[in-house]
Amino acid sequence: MAILEVKGLKKTFGNTEVLKDINFELEQGKALAVIGSSGSGKTTLLRCLNYLETPTEGTIYVAGDKVFDASENIKLSEADIRERRLHFGLVFQSFNLFPQYTALDNVCLAETLKAKSMPDFAANKAKILAEIKEHGKELLDMMGLSERMNHYPHQLSGGQQQRVAIARALALSPDILCFDEPTSALDPELTGEVLKVIRSLAEKNTTMIIVTHEMAFARDVADTVMFMDGGNIVEMGPANDVINNPQEERTKQFLSRYTEG
Amino acid sequence: MSFSEQFPIVLGSLNVGFLQTLRLFAITLIGAIPLGLVISFGSMSRIKPLRYLVKGIVWVVRGTPLMIQLLIIYYFPGLVLKNAIWGSGEMGRFFASSVAFIINYACYFSEIYRGGIEGVSVGQREAGLVLGMTKSQIFFKVILLQMIKRIVPPMANEIITLVKDTSLARIIALQEIIWAGQSFLKGSQGISGVIWPLFFTAVYYLLFTGVLTLLFGKIEKKLSFFK
Repeated sequence: MAILEVKGLKKTFGNTEVLKDINFELEQGKALAVIGSSGSGKTTLLRCLNYLETPTEGTIYVAGDKVFDASENIKLSEADIRERRLHFGLVFQSFNLFPQYTALDNVCLAETLKAKSMPDFAANKAKILAEIKEHGKELLDMMGLSERMNHYPHQLSGGQQQRVAIARALALSPDILCFDEPTSALDPELTGEVLKVIRSLAEKNTTMIIVTHEMAFARDVADTVMFMDGGNIVEMGPANDVINNPQEERTKQFLSRYTEG
Repeated sequence: MSFSEQFPIVLGSLNVGFLQTLRLFAITLIGAIPLGLVISFGSMSRIKPLRYLVKGIVWVVRGTPLMIQLLIIYYFPGLVLKNAIWGSGEMGRFFASSVAFIINYACYFSEIYRGGIEGVSVGQREAGLVLGMTKSQIFFKVILLQMIKRIVPPMANEIITLVKDTSLARIIALQEIIWAGQSFLKGSQGISGVIWPLFFTAVYYLLFTGVLTLLFGKIEKKLSFFK
Protein backbone atom coordinates (compact mmCIF):
# COMPACT_ATOMS: atom_id res chain seq x y z
CA MET A 1 0.00 0.00 0.00
CA ALA A 2 1.14 3.49 -0.78
CA ILE A 3 2.40 5.48 2.18
CA LEU A 4 1.13 8.68 0.57
CA GLU A 5 -1.85 9.18 -1.68
CA VAL A 6 -2.84 12.59 -3.01
CA LYS A 7 -6.17 12.87 -4.80
CA GLY A 8 -7.56 15.82 -6.75
CA LEU A 9 -5.47 18.39 -4.93
CA LYS A 10 -6.20 21.98 -5.95
CA LYS A 11 -4.99 25.25 -4.53
CA THR A 12 -6.01 28.72 -5.59
CA PHE A 13 -4.67 32.04 -4.32
CA GLY A 14 -7.30 34.64 -5.19
CA ASN A 15 -7.90 34.05 -8.88
CA THR A 16 -4.67 32.20 -9.52
CA GLU A 17 -4.83 28.43 -9.71
CA VAL A 18 -1.46 27.30 -8.44
CA LEU A 19 -2.29 23.60 -8.24
CA LYS A 20 -4.89 22.42 -10.74
CA ASP A 21 -5.51 18.73 -10.21
CA ILE A 22 -2.73 16.83 -8.52
CA ASN A 23 -3.02 13.05 -8.19
CA PHE A 24 -0.18 10.76 -7.25
CA GLU A 25 0.94 7.97 -4.97
CA LEU A 26 4.23 7.32 -3.26
CA GLU A 27 5.37 3.93 -2.04
CA GLN A 28 6.98 3.45 1.35
CA GLY A 29 10.77 3.77 1.18
CA LYS A 30 10.83 5.44 -2.23
CA ALA A 31 12.20 8.83 -3.22
CA LEU A 32 10.19 11.11 -5.47
CA ALA A 33 11.89 14.04 -7.20
CA VAL A 34 9.69 16.92 -8.30
CA ILE A 35 11.10 19.05 -11.10
CA GLY A 36 9.74 21.99 -13.06
CA SER A 37 10.32 25.69 -13.57
CA SER A 38 9.63 28.33 -10.93
CA GLY A 39 5.95 28.95 -10.45
CA SER A 40 4.95 25.47 -11.58
CA GLY A 41 3.49 24.70 -8.14
CA LYS A 42 6.19 22.42 -6.76
CA THR A 43 6.75 24.37 -3.57
CA THR A 44 3.03 24.92 -3.04
CA LEU A 45 2.53 21.17 -3.24
CA LEU A 46 5.08 20.60 -0.45
CA ARG A 47 3.55 23.40 1.60
CA CYS A 48 0.10 21.82 1.25
CA LEU A 49 1.43 18.47 2.46
CA ASN A 50 2.96 20.20 5.49
CA TYR A 51 -0.20 22.17 6.35
CA LEU A 52 1.52 25.47 5.68
CA GLU A 53 -1.15 26.05 3.03
CA THR A 54 -4.69 24.71 3.08
CA PRO A 55 -5.64 23.08 -0.24
CA THR A 56 -8.82 24.38 -1.85
CA GLU A 57 -9.89 20.90 -2.91
CA GLY A 58 -8.66 17.35 -2.61
CA THR A 59 -7.73 14.67 -0.14
CA ILE A 60 -4.46 13.40 1.30
CA TYR A 61 -3.99 9.92 2.74
CA VAL A 62 -1.01 8.72 4.74
CA ALA A 63 -0.73 4.92 5.06
CA GLY A 64 -4.40 4.65 4.16
CA ASP A 65 -5.56 7.15 6.80
CA LYS A 66 -7.22 10.29 5.55
CA VAL A 67 -5.19 13.17 7.00
CA PHE A 68 -6.75 15.92 4.94
CA ASP A 69 -10.06 16.36 3.14
CA ALA A 70 -10.99 19.78 1.78
CA SER A 71 -14.66 18.80 1.48
CA GLU A 72 -14.95 18.17 5.21
CA ASN A 73 -16.15 21.36 6.74
CA ILE A 74 -14.99 20.61 10.24
CA LYS A 75 -12.31 22.98 11.37
CA LEU A 76 -9.52 20.92 12.84
CA SER A 77 -8.17 21.90 16.21
CA GLU A 78 -4.61 23.16 16.39
CA ALA A 79 -3.62 19.97 18.23
CA ASP A 80 -5.10 17.76 15.48
CA ILE A 81 -3.26 19.66 12.78
CA ARG A 82 -0.03 19.38 14.76
CA GLU A 83 -0.41 15.64 15.12
CA ARG A 84 -1.19 15.11 11.42
CA ARG A 85 1.57 17.44 10.37
CA LEU A 86 4.11 15.17 12.04
CA HIS A 87 3.57 12.58 9.31
CA PHE A 88 5.64 14.97 7.22
CA GLY A 89 8.97 16.66 7.73
CA LEU A 90 10.12 19.67 5.74
CA VAL A 91 13.59 20.92 4.91
CA PHE A 92 13.48 24.51 3.70
CA GLN A 93 15.46 26.14 0.94
CA SER A 94 16.70 28.78 3.38
CA PHE A 95 17.40 26.28 6.22
CA ASN A 96 15.44 28.29 8.83
CA LEU A 97 17.55 27.05 11.71
CA PHE A 98 16.83 28.72 15.03
CA PRO A 99 19.79 31.11 15.41
CA GLN A 100 19.77 31.21 19.22
CA TYR A 101 20.25 27.45 19.60
CA THR A 102 23.30 25.31 18.93
CA ALA A 103 23.17 22.69 16.20
CA LEU A 104 22.35 20.00 18.76
CA ASP A 105 19.67 22.10 20.45
CA ASN A 106 18.10 22.85 17.07
CA VAL A 107 17.78 19.12 16.51
CA CYS A 108 16.48 18.37 20.02
CA LEU A 109 14.14 21.33 20.61
CA ALA A 110 10.89 20.00 19.12
CA GLU A 111 11.37 16.53 20.60
CA THR A 112 12.09 18.03 24.02
CA LEU A 113 9.01 20.24 23.92
CA LYS A 114 6.91 17.27 22.86
CA ALA A 115 8.31 15.11 25.67
CA LYS A 116 7.58 17.85 28.21
CA SER A 117 3.89 17.70 27.37
CA MET A 118 3.75 13.98 28.18
CA PRO A 119 2.35 12.97 31.58
CA ASP A 120 5.32 10.75 32.51
CA PHE A 121 7.90 13.47 31.83
CA ALA A 122 8.34 14.76 35.37
CA ALA A 123 9.04 11.29 36.75
CA ASN A 124 11.70 10.35 34.17
CA LYS A 125 12.94 13.80 33.23
CA ALA A 126 16.68 13.14 33.31
CA LYS A 127 16.39 9.85 31.44
CA ILE A 128 14.09 11.22 28.72
CA LEU A 129 16.26 14.30 28.15
CA ALA A 130 19.39 12.16 27.93
CA GLU A 131 17.72 9.92 25.36
CA ILE A 132 16.66 12.87 23.24
CA LYS A 133 20.16 14.29 23.39
CA GLU A 134 21.64 10.94 22.43
CA HIS A 135 19.23 10.69 19.50
CA GLY A 136 20.16 14.21 18.38
CA LYS A 137 23.86 13.36 18.53
CA GLU A 138 23.31 10.23 16.47
CA LEU A 139 21.48 12.21 13.81
CA LEU A 140 24.17 14.89 13.61
CA ASP A 141 26.78 12.16 13.51
CA MET A 142 24.93 10.64 10.57
CA MET A 143 25.10 14.05 8.87
CA GLY A 144 28.86 14.12 9.43
CA LEU A 145 28.60 16.94 11.95
CA SER A 146 29.82 15.33 15.17
CA GLU A 147 32.47 18.07 15.45
CA ARG A 148 29.94 20.88 15.04
CA MET A 149 27.23 19.97 17.56
CA ASN A 150 27.84 22.91 19.86
CA HIS A 151 28.21 25.51 17.12
CA TYR A 152 25.58 28.15 16.55
CA PRO A 153 24.09 28.38 13.05
CA HIS A 154 26.01 31.57 12.18
CA GLN A 155 29.25 29.68 12.89
CA LEU A 156 28.40 27.04 10.27
CA SER A 157 28.66 27.07 6.48
CA GLY A 158 25.48 26.93 4.42
CA GLY A 159 26.01 23.26 3.66
CA GLN A 160 26.52 22.48 7.34
CA GLN A 161 23.44 24.48 8.28
CA GLN A 162 21.33 22.58 5.78
CA ARG A 163 22.62 19.27 7.15
CA VAL A 164 21.63 20.37 10.66
CA ALA A 165 18.19 21.25 9.24
CA ILE A 166 17.91 17.74 7.78
CA ALA A 167 18.85 16.20 11.14
CA ARG A 168 16.25 18.45 12.80
CA ALA A 169 13.56 17.27 10.38
CA LEU A 170 14.53 13.63 10.96
CA ALA A 171 14.42 13.98 14.76
CA LEU A 172 10.66 13.52 14.90
CA SER A 173 10.81 10.49 12.55
CA PRO A 174 8.36 11.72 9.91
CA ASP A 175 6.81 9.15 7.56
CA ILE A 176 7.65 11.32 4.59
CA LEU A 177 10.52 13.79 4.48
CA CYS A 178 10.07 16.72 2.10
CA PHE A 179 12.86 18.88 0.69
CA ASP A 180 12.10 22.26 -0.84
CA GLU A 181 15.02 23.00 -3.17
CA PRO A 182 17.51 22.04 -0.45
CA THR A 183 20.58 23.21 -2.37
CA SER A 184 19.26 26.31 -4.16
CA ALA A 185 20.55 28.71 -1.51
CA LEU A 186 24.01 27.13 -1.47
CA ASP A 187 27.24 27.92 -3.29
CA PRO A 188 27.92 25.27 -5.95
CA GLU A 189 30.83 23.81 -3.99
CA LEU A 190 28.57 23.25 -0.97
CA THR A 191 25.69 21.51 -2.75
CA GLY A 192 27.66 18.26 -3.00
CA GLU A 193 27.80 17.65 0.74
CA VAL A 194 24.04 18.15 1.11
CA LEU A 195 23.21 15.96 -1.89
CA LYS A 196 25.47 13.26 -0.49
CA VAL A 197 23.48 13.21 2.74
CA ILE A 198 20.17 13.01 0.89
CA ARG A 199 21.60 10.21 -1.24
CA SER A 200 22.56 8.28 1.89
CA LEU A 201 19.01 8.73 3.21
CA ALA A 202 17.66 7.31 -0.05
CA GLU A 203 19.97 4.32 0.35
CA LYS A 204 18.43 3.74 3.78
CA ASN A 205 14.99 3.74 2.11
CA THR A 206 13.76 6.96 3.65
CA THR A 207 10.49 8.00 2.02
CA MET A 208 11.21 11.39 0.49
CA ILE A 209 9.78 14.04 -1.78
CA ILE A 210 12.53 16.26 -3.16
CA VAL A 211 11.81 19.44 -5.07
CA THR A 212 15.03 20.11 -6.95
CA HIS A 213 16.73 21.73 -9.90
CA GLU A 214 19.57 19.20 -9.86
CA MET A 215 18.56 16.95 -12.77
CA ALA A 216 21.43 14.49 -12.54
CA PHE A 217 20.77 14.13 -8.83
CA ALA A 218 17.05 13.55 -9.43
CA ARG A 219 17.87 10.87 -12.00
CA ASP A 220 20.43 9.07 -9.85
CA VAL A 221 18.83 9.27 -6.42
CA ALA A 222 15.07 9.35 -6.94
CA ASP A 223 13.02 6.31 -7.84
CA THR A 224 10.33 8.39 -9.48
CA VAL A 225 10.44 11.81 -11.11
CA MET A 226 7.46 14.10 -11.41
CA PHE A 227 7.58 17.00 -13.87
CA MET A 228 5.19 19.83 -13.02
CA ASP A 229 4.14 22.72 -15.20
CA GLY A 230 1.47 25.35 -14.63
CA GLY A 231 0.04 23.56 -11.62
CA ASN A 232 -0.31 20.20 -13.37
CA ILE A 233 1.67 16.98 -13.31
CA VAL A 234 2.78 16.77 -16.94
CA GLU A 235 4.77 13.59 -16.68
CA MET A 236 5.61 11.13 -13.94
CA GLY A 237 7.51 7.88 -14.09
CA PRO A 238 10.73 6.03 -13.28
CA ALA A 239 13.50 8.58 -12.78
CA ASN A 240 15.74 7.39 -15.56
CA ASP A 241 12.92 7.33 -18.12
CA VAL A 242 11.61 10.81 -17.38
CA ILE A 243 15.02 12.49 -17.33
CA ASN A 244 16.70 10.61 -20.18
CA ASN A 245 13.73 9.81 -22.35
CA PRO A 246 10.85 12.20 -21.69
CA GLN A 247 7.63 11.56 -23.59
CA GLU A 248 5.87 14.90 -23.31
CA GLU A 249 6.89 17.86 -25.47
CA ARG A 250 6.82 20.22 -22.47
CA THR A 251 9.14 17.96 -20.47
CA LYS A 252 11.60 17.74 -23.38
CA GLN A 253 11.64 21.52 -23.67
CA PHE A 254 12.27 21.94 -19.95
CA LEU A 255 15.02 19.33 -19.77
CA SER A 256 16.80 20.57 -22.90
CA ARG A 257 17.69 23.75 -21.03
CA TYR A 258 19.65 21.67 -18.55
CA THR A 259 21.44 19.41 -21.03
CA GLU A 260 22.36 22.27 -23.35
CA GLY A 261 23.48 24.46 -20.47
CA MET B 1 23.64 81.79 53.09
CA SER B 2 26.92 80.77 51.56
CA PHE B 3 27.20 78.19 48.82
CA SER B 4 28.73 75.63 51.14
CA GLU B 5 25.77 76.06 53.47
CA GLN B 6 23.26 75.87 50.61
CA PHE B 7 24.79 72.81 49.01
CA PRO B 8 23.77 70.08 51.50
CA ILE B 9 20.23 71.50 51.78
CA VAL B 10 19.82 71.58 48.01
CA LEU B 11 21.30 68.12 47.61
CA GLY B 12 18.87 66.72 50.16
CA SER B 13 15.91 68.20 48.30
CA LEU B 14 17.16 67.09 44.93
CA ASN B 15 17.65 63.56 46.24
CA VAL B 16 14.06 63.45 47.43
CA GLY B 17 12.91 64.77 44.05
CA PHE B 18 15.08 62.31 42.18
CA LEU B 19 13.57 59.47 44.16
CA GLN B 20 10.16 60.50 42.86
CA THR B 21 11.63 60.69 39.32
CA LEU B 22 12.94 57.14 39.75
CA ARG B 23 9.60 55.91 41.03
CA LEU B 24 7.78 57.31 38.01
CA PHE B 25 10.45 55.88 35.72
CA ALA B 26 10.20 52.41 37.28
CA ILE B 27 6.41 52.22 37.40
CA THR B 28 6.23 53.35 33.77
CA LEU B 29 8.53 50.54 32.68
CA ILE B 30 6.75 47.95 34.82
CA GLY B 31 3.41 48.96 33.31
CA ALA B 32 4.35 49.85 29.75
CA ILE B 33 6.62 46.91 28.88
CA PRO B 34 3.84 44.27 29.19
CA LEU B 35 1.02 46.62 28.12
CA GLY B 36 3.00 47.46 24.99
CA LEU B 37 3.09 43.76 24.09
CA VAL B 38 -0.69 43.53 24.43
CA ILE B 39 -1.11 46.63 22.25
CA SER B 40 1.31 45.28 19.65
CA PHE B 41 -0.67 42.02 19.44
CA GLY B 42 -3.81 44.15 19.03
CA SER B 43 -2.25 46.15 16.21
CA MET B 44 -1.35 42.89 14.43
CA SER B 45 -4.70 41.20 15.12
CA ARG B 46 -6.53 39.42 12.32
CA ILE B 47 -9.78 40.95 13.63
CA LYS B 48 -10.05 44.10 11.56
CA PRO B 49 -12.13 46.35 13.87
CA LEU B 50 -9.80 45.56 16.78
CA ARG B 51 -6.73 46.23 14.68
CA TYR B 52 -8.06 49.60 13.47
CA LEU B 53 -9.19 50.59 16.97
CA VAL B 54 -5.76 49.83 18.42
CA LYS B 55 -3.95 51.55 15.58
CA GLY B 56 -6.21 54.58 16.06
CA ILE B 57 -5.39 54.76 19.76
CA VAL B 58 -1.67 54.45 19.04
CA TRP B 59 -1.94 57.22 16.45
CA VAL B 60 -3.65 59.60 18.92
CA VAL B 61 -1.25 58.83 21.77
CA ARG B 62 1.87 59.14 19.64
CA GLY B 63 0.49 62.11 17.74
CA THR B 64 -0.20 64.37 20.73
CA PRO B 65 2.22 65.77 23.30
CA LEU B 66 2.65 63.77 26.47
CA MET B 67 2.26 67.04 28.36
CA ILE B 68 -1.31 67.45 27.08
CA GLN B 69 -2.06 63.83 27.92
CA LEU B 70 -0.83 64.42 31.45
CA LEU B 71 -3.00 67.51 31.85
CA ILE B 72 -6.09 65.77 30.46
CA ILE B 73 -5.65 62.65 32.59
CA TYR B 74 -5.01 64.69 35.74
CA TYR B 75 -7.64 67.43 35.35
CA PHE B 76 -10.41 65.86 33.24
CA PRO B 77 -11.98 63.66 35.95
CA GLY B 78 -12.10 66.40 38.58
CA LEU B 79 -12.81 69.51 36.54
CA VAL B 80 -15.05 68.12 33.78
CA LEU B 81 -16.62 64.99 35.26
CA LYS B 82 -16.73 66.48 38.74
CA ASN B 83 -15.29 63.27 40.07
CA ALA B 84 -11.76 63.80 41.33
CA ILE B 85 -10.62 60.19 41.12
CA TRP B 86 -6.99 61.05 41.73
CA GLY B 87 -7.66 62.72 45.03
CA SER B 88 -5.48 65.58 46.13
CA GLY B 89 -1.88 65.63 47.14
CA GLU B 90 1.31 64.07 45.87
CA MET B 91 -0.11 60.51 45.78
CA GLY B 92 -2.89 61.59 43.42
CA ARG B 93 -0.46 63.40 41.15
CA PHE B 94 1.78 60.35 41.11
CA PHE B 95 -1.08 58.02 40.14
CA ALA B 96 -2.23 60.34 37.36
CA SER B 97 1.31 60.70 36.04
CA SER B 98 1.82 56.94 36.15
CA VAL B 99 -1.32 56.31 34.11
CA ALA B 100 -0.38 58.93 31.52
CA PHE B 101 3.20 57.71 31.20
CA ILE B 102 2.28 54.03 31.05
CA ILE B 103 -0.29 54.58 28.28
CA ASN B 104 2.04 56.86 26.33
CA TYR B 105 5.09 54.64 26.56
CA ALA B 106 3.14 51.43 25.98
CA CYS B 107 2.08 52.84 22.61
CA TYR B 108 5.66 53.66 21.67
CA PHE B 109 6.90 50.27 22.90
CA SER B 110 4.12 48.48 20.97
CA GLU B 111 5.44 49.86 17.69
CA ILE B 112 8.97 48.76 18.56
CA TYR B 113 7.70 45.29 19.48
CA ARG B 114 5.69 45.08 16.27
CA GLY B 115 8.78 45.88 14.25
CA GLY B 116 10.72 43.29 16.25
CA ILE B 117 8.14 40.54 15.77
CA GLU B 118 7.59 41.28 12.09
CA GLY B 119 11.34 41.43 11.60
CA VAL B 120 11.74 37.79 12.63
CA SER B 121 11.37 35.91 9.34
CA VAL B 122 8.22 33.96 8.54
CA GLY B 123 10.51 30.99 7.98
CA GLN B 124 11.22 30.80 11.72
CA ARG B 125 7.53 30.46 12.49
CA GLU B 126 7.05 27.92 9.69
CA ALA B 127 10.03 25.88 10.84
CA GLY B 128 8.41 25.69 14.28
CA LEU B 129 5.06 24.74 12.78
CA VAL B 130 6.39 21.86 10.68
CA LEU B 131 8.18 20.56 13.78
CA GLY B 132 4.79 20.29 15.47
CA MET B 133 5.35 23.10 17.95
CA THR B 134 2.36 24.97 19.38
CA LYS B 135 1.84 28.67 18.71
CA SER B 136 2.88 29.62 22.21
CA GLN B 137 5.98 27.37 22.05
CA ILE B 138 6.93 29.07 18.79
CA PHE B 139 6.53 32.50 20.35
CA PHE B 140 8.34 31.80 23.61
CA LYS B 141 11.01 29.34 22.41
CA VAL B 142 11.76 30.65 18.92
CA ILE B 143 10.53 34.19 18.27
CA LEU B 144 10.89 35.95 21.64
CA LEU B 145 14.65 35.96 22.04
CA GLN B 146 15.21 36.95 18.41
CA MET B 147 12.70 39.73 18.88
CA ILE B 148 14.39 40.91 22.10
CA LYS B 149 17.72 41.04 20.32
CA ARG B 150 16.18 43.22 17.62
CA ILE B 151 14.40 45.58 19.98
CA VAL B 152 17.17 46.22 22.52
CA PRO B 153 18.72 49.18 20.63
CA PRO B 154 15.43 51.03 19.93
CA MET B 155 14.15 50.22 23.43
CA ALA B 156 17.35 51.61 24.94
CA ASN B 157 16.72 54.82 23.05
CA GLU B 158 13.14 55.05 24.21
CA ILE B 159 13.97 54.24 27.82
CA ILE B 160 16.66 56.93 27.91
CA THR B 161 14.11 59.36 26.53
CA LEU B 162 11.76 58.27 29.32
CA VAL B 163 14.30 59.28 31.95
CA LYS B 164 14.15 62.85 30.69
CA ASP B 165 10.43 62.79 29.89
CA THR B 166 9.60 62.19 33.56
CA SER B 167 10.33 65.91 33.99
CA LEU B 168 7.09 66.61 32.08
CA ALA B 169 5.19 65.56 35.21
CA ARG B 170 6.32 68.90 36.61
CA ILE B 171 3.35 70.39 34.68
CA ILE B 172 0.93 68.87 37.20
CA ALA B 173 3.30 69.72 40.05
CA LEU B 174 4.55 66.21 40.71
CA GLN B 175 7.42 66.71 43.13
CA GLU B 176 10.10 65.20 40.96
CA ILE B 177 13.62 66.53 40.62
CA ILE B 178 12.86 69.52 38.35
CA TRP B 179 10.16 70.62 40.77
CA ALA B 180 12.65 70.23 43.63
CA GLY B 181 15.31 72.27 41.85
CA GLN B 182 12.86 74.98 40.88
CA SER B 183 11.62 75.37 44.42
CA PHE B 184 14.84 77.17 45.34
CA LEU B 185 14.07 79.81 42.74
CA LYS B 186 10.80 80.73 44.40
CA GLY B 187 12.09 80.07 47.89
CA SER B 188 12.37 76.99 50.03
CA GLN B 189 14.13 76.14 53.27
CA GLY B 190 15.50 79.66 53.55
CA ILE B 191 16.99 79.66 50.06
CA SER B 192 15.38 81.75 47.32
CA GLY B 193 16.25 83.30 44.00
CA VAL B 194 18.89 80.65 43.35
CA ILE B 195 19.04 79.12 39.87
CA TRP B 196 21.94 76.66 40.19
CA PRO B 197 19.95 73.86 41.83
CA LEU B 198 17.73 73.74 38.74
CA PHE B 199 20.77 73.54 36.49
CA PHE B 200 22.35 70.99 38.81
CA THR B 201 19.47 68.53 38.22
CA ALA B 202 21.04 67.87 34.82
CA VAL B 203 23.88 66.05 36.59
CA TYR B 204 21.39 63.55 38.01
CA TYR B 205 19.88 62.89 34.59
CA LEU B 206 23.29 62.56 33.04
CA LEU B 207 24.54 60.07 35.62
CA PHE B 208 21.38 58.03 35.44
CA THR B 209 21.30 57.85 31.64
CA GLY B 210 25.02 57.00 31.77
CA VAL B 211 24.31 53.99 33.97
CA LEU B 212 21.49 52.90 31.65
CA THR B 213 23.70 53.25 28.57
CA LEU B 214 26.27 50.95 30.16
CA LEU B 215 23.55 48.49 31.15
CA PHE B 216 22.07 48.32 27.66
CA GLY B 217 25.53 47.90 26.19
CA LYS B 218 25.96 44.87 28.45
CA ILE B 219 22.62 43.40 27.38
CA GLU B 220 23.46 43.87 23.71
CA LYS B 221 26.76 42.14 24.26
CA LYS B 222 25.06 39.28 26.07
CA LEU B 223 22.76 38.74 23.11
CA SER B 224 25.57 38.77 20.57
CA PHE B 225 26.14 35.01 20.87
CA PHE B 226 23.76 34.51 17.94
CA LYS B 227 23.00 36.38 14.76
